[in-house]
Amino acid sequence: MEVENRGLRDERVIRENRLYGPLDPAPEAGYGMDAPPRMGFFTDTSVCIGCKACEVACKEWNNVPETGLDLLGMSFDNTGDLTANSWRHVAFIEQPVSREKLADRGVAVGGQAGNEPPAFEGLPTSRTAAPEMAARAATTGKETGTEPGVPPSPEPGAAVEMATEFLGMPSSVLPGRLPGGERTDFRWLMMSDVCKHCTHAGCLDVCPTGALFRTEFGTVVVQEDICNGCGYCISGCPYGVIDQRKDDGRAWKCTLCYDRLKDDMMPACAKACPTESIQYGPLDELRERAARRLEKLHEQGETAARLYGNDPEDGVGGDGAFFLLLDEPEVYGLPPDPVVPTRDAPAMWKRAGMAALTMAAAAAVAFVGRRS
Amino acid sequence: MTAGEMSSADRRAASREPAGRPPVGDRFRDFKEGRRGGGGRRGGGGGGERSMVPQAEFRSYYGRPILKPPVWHHDIAAYLFTGGLAAGSSMIAAGADLTGRPVLRRVGRLTSLAAVGASTYFLINDLGRPERFHHMLRVAKPTSPMSVGTWILATFGPAAGVAAVAEVAPLLPERGLLGLARRILPPVGRGANLVAAVMAPPLATYTAVLLAHTAVPSWNRAYPYLPFVFAGSASAAASGVGLIAAPLEETGPVRRLAVAGAALDLAAMRQVEHSMGVVSEPYQLGRQGRLLRAARAFTVGGAVGALLSRRSRLLSALSGASLVVGSLLTRFGVFEAGKASAEDPKYTVVPQRQRLEARGVAEVEKVNVPEPD
Repeated sequence: MEVENRGLRDERVIRENRLYGPLDPAPEAGYGMDAPPRMGFFTDTSVCIGCKACEVACKEWNNVPETGLDLLGMSFDNTGDLTANSWRHVAFIEQPVSREKLADRGVAVGGQAGNEPPAFEGLPTSRTAAPEMAARAATTGKETGTEPGVPPSPEPGAAVEMATEFLGMPSSVLPGRLPGGERTDFRWLMMSDVCKHCTHAGCLDVCPTGALFRTEFGTVVVQEDICNGCGYCISGCPYGVIDQRKDDGRAWKCTLCYDRLKDDMMPACAKACPTESIQYGPLDELRERAARRLEKLHEQGETAARLYGNDPEDGVGGDGAFFLLLDEPEVYGLPPDPVVPTRDAPAMWKRAGMAALTMAAAAAVAFVGRRS
Repeated sequence: MTAGEMSSADRRAASREPAGRPPVGDRFRDFKEGRRGGGGRRGGGGGGERSMVPQAEFRSYYGRPILKPPVWHHDIAAYLFTGGLAAGSSMIAAGADLTGRPVLRRVGRLTSLAAVGASTYFLINDLGRPERFHHMLRVAKPTSPMSVGTWILATFGPAAGVAAVAEVAPLLPERGLLGLARRILPPVGRGANLVAAVMAPPLATYTAVLLAHTAVPSWNRAYPYLPFVFAGSASAAASGVGLIAAPLEETGPVRRLAVAGAALDLAAMRQVEHSMGVVSEPYQLGRQGRLLRAARAFTVGGAVGALLSRRSRLLSALSGASLVVGSLLTRFGVFEAGKASAEDPKYTVVPQRQRLEARGVAEVEKVNVPEPD
């Protein structure tokens, strides 16, 4: 590819792709060609154990307000979403996996490519009330002290699809006691979500005060002394990351520990991660490491593994924080094909210009017409 | 009925949370005891083994929204209306001034000032930190429609203000310093009015880019049509005020402009409501669907009335009021449709999946979707 040959820190690439397309963001933002290398996260969800140490470390280091002790009733995930008061969010998904079905489809799961016996062989099979419970859980929001925070789902049906028989949820009956249905093997997916620090950041592009800015490391940070809480960034983000605090009215999100980066320290969440699911480093290195990891997982038969946000050619020019996922992005609450709204900005202004001329012409004709 | 067919009002009722934080475990107890929050139409019995809640046609994270719905309150929907009204009124005032229609000119200038004043209030009131409104003025940023709009408004507002103030000229004494003002004000007012009239079409249409330049699916996808909706709606609303307040002999131009504006609004809105596939849906469903249907009725009624009421002051005023109401409802309907589209993961996932499929991205085998019973 042409861009790859020239590199992302090429003056022409940067000039041509200012609104959309692959580039290295820090030089584009005015730090010059000798800006430090772009730093980021590679979150390898295949080794995440859902311990939430990243959530805690982030809150402690960044002094993020508490979000309250509350159960969302859908899984072990009681954080719910990224909000102004949760800059890391560990998603938790339980999925039934029928090995026979997998074999039928020619898809393997896990290291042994379906060779070991299913974990639940010989146990009673049934459904629990989980689908009903999931629908109930989906229609509850959470008071996080932020706006919009963790709103309820308008789609209980979508939650039912997530519901499994073995949901790791408090229940009055043991899984498998209710009649009917088939018991399956299952797997757990866990993913520590975070601000993506996009190459073309929707939030940054629309910020009317300059409160959001690009750092020399290519990350995107809100200046709390500038933000006036206009809320435009919240609608501008194609990932639904940035959020507004109710008590102070300003927008808040992950800073990729800008203060720590300035002192050559690792961001708090990566430092706290016990399995190195969250890896921090220069983005070039992380992209190479991720490609090797993906290849290895595919060799081991985990064919559903895919990288998300690693491609500089994608709708946001690639993410500064990207992921290795084991299922489709929307299952983790990520948009499958996000595009920065700025891509269409020239076309939008063109249409607005045409409409403005139409309006002016209509008024002119109305007044020039016969006097009555 | 699928979940997608539930109206948003029902959804909201089904998901209403009590103010403040419920005690820990409250929801689980509710669920266990079969109690319901809100009493909306949610399918399913009290914990039977088979759920009656229909499955969705897309995958998601527990059905939760992917995007954060806009945090803008109704201030912004109201501003869409008042901003358009101010723009249209300044344009009409300039036309009336140049073609010798003094009452229509005065009505236009005063309406414009009142509307731009209200706009400023709405915009500042909607901020999370209203006292920091002036931070908008520390940058001029072409990638931010809100910044572009700030500067459009910063030019338009004072010009519209001066044009309106110039209307006091006939009330001033003929002699002395104020007499001088009496002579100077009319040409100054005309100049200011012309500046405002030049800024008016940008003011009326940039708000469409403001909405479209977001990740909100039903706004973003509507970018080719929304500027025309807003241009038409602004023209119709301002013409409506002219019909209400100006004498019959001066209303010829605003009748023609009302019809043109209403036609533009209705034609573009039709595209928004029908040509965008799944993201057109929020414009038809729920409260915003009702708002937009009512808006259409008022706009059509107002436009027809504007054509037929040339001889009746009362009918003219009624037609004008109908146009104003139609414009107001259009703005609120469009605003709410965007919110509804961001609240439902369907409108994020389905169009993006369609896009991926159209690009020929090989769909990875779904390994683990539970089979529906």
